[in-house]
Amino acid sequence: MTSSTIDDTGVVTQRPAPLPTPRGPASAAVVAVLRERSPEGDPAGLMAKAIGQADDLLRDDDVQLAAFCLYELHYGGFRGVPDTLEWDADLLTARAIFEGAFEAELRRRAPRVDRPAPRAEDVAHALFRLTEADDGPSLSQYVARKATQEQLREFLIQRSLYTLKEADPHSWGIPRLTGRAKAALVEIQSDEYGAGRPHRMHSAIFARTMRAAGLDPSYGAYLDQVGASLYASLNTMSLFGLNRRLRGALVGHLAAFEMTSAVPNRFYGNGFRRLGFDEEATWYFDEHVEADAVHEQIAARDLAGGFVEAEPNLLGDVLFGASACLYADGLAGADLLQAFTESRSSLYRPA
Amino acid sequence: MTLKPDDEVSIVACPDGPLLVRGDVPILTPDGEPLPRRRRTVALCRCGKSTIKPYCDGTHKTIGFRTEPELPA
Ligand code: FES
Ligand SMILES: [Fe+2]
Ligand SMILES: [Fe+2]
Repeated sequence: MTSSTIDDTGVVTQRPAPLPTPRGPASAAVVAVLRERSPEGDPAGLMAKAIGQADDLLRDDDVQLAAFCLYELHYGGFRGVPDTLEWDADLLTARAIFEGAFEAELRRRAPRVDRPAPRAEDVAHALFRLTEADDGPSLSQYVARKATQEQLREFLIQRSLYTLKEADPHSWGIPRLTGRAKAALVEIQSDEYGAGRPHRMHSAIFARTMRAAGLDPSYGAYLDQVGASLYASLNTMSLFGLNRRLRGALVGHLAAFEMTSAVPNRFYGNGFRRLGFDEEATWYFDEHVEADAVHEQIAARDLAGGFVEAEPNLLGDVLFGASACLYADGLAGADLLQAFTESRSSLYRPA
Repeated sequence: MTLKPDDEVSIVACPDGPLLVRGDVPILTPDGEPLPRRRRTVALCRCGKSTIKPYCDGTHKTIGFRTEPELPA
């Protein structure tokens, strides 16, 4: 059953995601409320308990999937789930409990960054230094040189979680910024959303890549196969995007995201070309080589720099957001790369 | 930024990076043919190492490209 349509001109229309299969008590409680609207469930209590028992919050399948479901209510929602549950008090309580623990964990684990002066050019410089120093084991070079056809398929499945709604988490920031930073965010997002041409939306171009690889480009088709650390990287964006007080972190997150994209995407494109994919399939990666070389300049200087000049007291959060982006995305990338180098599937399988 | 409201084209010389071109300015081959222009704001490579010249692909960062300080306006 497919739940997206791609018309002849390449315009993609998505339906809400199907509900995922729970991975433990917290996600089971959330899904039960969504499915049955069961008022006697205790998603908040079970979320708190699951968090307390988690060895590694960012790799806990149950907690991260539960949080993803809570966040998804604010995006496209789930098929058959009433829209009103977006503001259900019990679910919001569960989300608040998750966010308290998750933000604290990110702040504890994301490396601290030296503070530049609160001037745009100094902020941009600091962010370029930070992102250039981010030279962990490289998933993109593995994809370029070694990945098998099956690994490319898994790579696309894992990426699809974010990429089929590419740019949406950062759009929450638009009404929360002003002046130069707002104009910069809209300039970037306009490109992400195809600048008025829906078939050029990055999410739509990615759907073509998925189709070329024989995958289902319907939003949420692979929710049961994506791993915890990938959910954590997406939940990081939603945490920053949906909390106005974290707008500084959202700005820093987008800046770091854009600043670590152009070069890896060149490698990803090379990997797909190596295995015989055509231009239609590599369009997504080629587009990001060019687009993100532009976006990173705007994001560093006008978005992050402009934001810090307007709200200098949030400089620390901008740096935290950038560092959290590198940390969370780095963890997800490392998990994927480790599976690939050990020649096992990176996809989630119930224990 | 001191962009006047009626400025139609601006070029930002990004330190250690590309030239960021905003506005409707033709980018042409030596024969006057328009080069593909896929977005409103583009980055022109000035390190010489991009694989998609004349546009920047971020390679300047991996080769340690440094610009001289820009002259004050
Ligand atoms: S200036 Fe960016 S690649 Fe040359
Ligand atoms: Fe994009
Ligand atoms: Fe981008």
